[in-house]
Amino acid sequence: MDGIADMGGMHGFGPLERADERGPFHNEWERRILGITFAALGAGLFNVDEIRRTTESADPLTYLKSTYYERWLYSAEDLLKEKGAVTAGELATGRSVTGPANNVPPVTKEIARVILEHGGTSRSADGAPSRFKSGDAVVARNIHPRGHTRLPRYVRGKCGTIVLDHGIFALPDSNSAGLGLQPQHVYGVRFTARELWGPRASERDTLQIDLFDDYLDRLAAPAE
Amino acid sequence: MADHDHTDPPSDPALRVKALESLLIEKGLIDPDVVGEFADYYEHRVGPRNGAKVVARAWCDRAYRERLLANGTAAIAELQFGGLQGEEMVVLENTPATHNVVTCTLCSCYPWPTLGLPPTWYKSFAYRSRVVIEPRSVLAEFGLHLPDEVEVRVYDSNAEIRYLVLPMRPAGTDDWSEEKLASLVTRDCMIGTAVPNLPA
Repeated sequence: MDGIADMGGMHGFGPLERADERGPFHNEWERRILGITFAALGAGLFNVDEIRRTTESADPLTYLKSTYYERWLYSAEDLLKEKGAVTAGELATGRSVTGPANNVPPVTKEIARVILEHGGTSRSADGAPSRFKSGDAVVARNIHPRGHTRLPRYVRGKCGTIVLDHGIFALPDSNSAGLGLQPQHVYGVRFTARELWGPRASERDTLQIDLFDDYLDRLAAPAE
Repeated sequence: MADHDHTDPPSDPALRVKALESLLIEKGLIDPDVVGEFADYYEHRVGPRNGAKVVARAWCDRAYRERLLANGTAAIAELQFGGLQGEEMVVLENTPATHNVVTCTLCSCYPWPTLGLPPTWYKSFAYRSRVVIEPRSVLAEFGLHLPDEVEVRVYDSNAEIRYLVLPMRPAGTDDWSEEKLASLVTRDCMIGTAVPNLPA
């Protein structure tokens, strides 16, 4: 979606502030929401693409005024409501009105350790055949999906070069929307800074971004 | 606007997290003893010293360096590092001609097994918005001024691949041990917003 989270290239956020280096967490509740989110992920209550979809779907003011882990909290609340695991009323009180849900076994300590130490990749052995190979000239599609996508605005319509093929991965656009994995190739695509940002950008600098096959078209050779 | 600057939250997030946690426990969807495990792991088990060991090994062992650049995930696993958000690692080699710097503009994707959880500035709107359009200005704010003839290559890690920058080994360290070399490698060197420097 063309949401506030897609902020690459925006102006106005000011200089970097780097004073805040107290470690990964500032409060106990930040530690807890990280754990709640992973325990829920591990139990299969939602997937990581759905987390990103709900996080970026926040209205822009809420997004900008919230901290990183507040956004995790809002995303977990929204997703659990969406999935029917909890109701708004239950969230307000912290008390269940339906009693235990018996169909989802919770993540144990042993499973938590497996999640942390092994993770889980969305790589797939099979998928749509690759349409591009290293060296191909491509253009990122000028599309504006209302749902989740990993194609940021700043590359849309821009011309780049396939640098490498990372293999086949689930497409977040569909996996975040309950529409299946639609596994397909992901490519490292390199753009010049001038292609992305115009003539005032450095003529030497480049940007590389990983783009799904569905995000790309072949750049037609110019007519002779 | 800083990520941690906020004045008017909808309600106290601490209370909302507590309500969410007790609700999910009551429903049997999460185990209360497990929730803290995840944060503990990133506070005590994982952090940028892992990545520094990978870099120092690559500086000392040419064959390891080749394996690391050819298959980051497998070579990093040789040092027993891997897992969540490190399943698909690619290592980016800085050279005299090319300096790499990593971001995730859409959220804050980051290689957790080698660098731990990201610092606040990496998640900030300023970094996410600016480093792609004006990387040299952002690097200058970190005190890193690169000559015009060096290509700055920004990686926006928006899919499932996670990136670790392999910085150049500083001159004058030929007789250093791998352990001593690792002490030069800061987290920011492996994101690409700094380069290793010898102590003054």
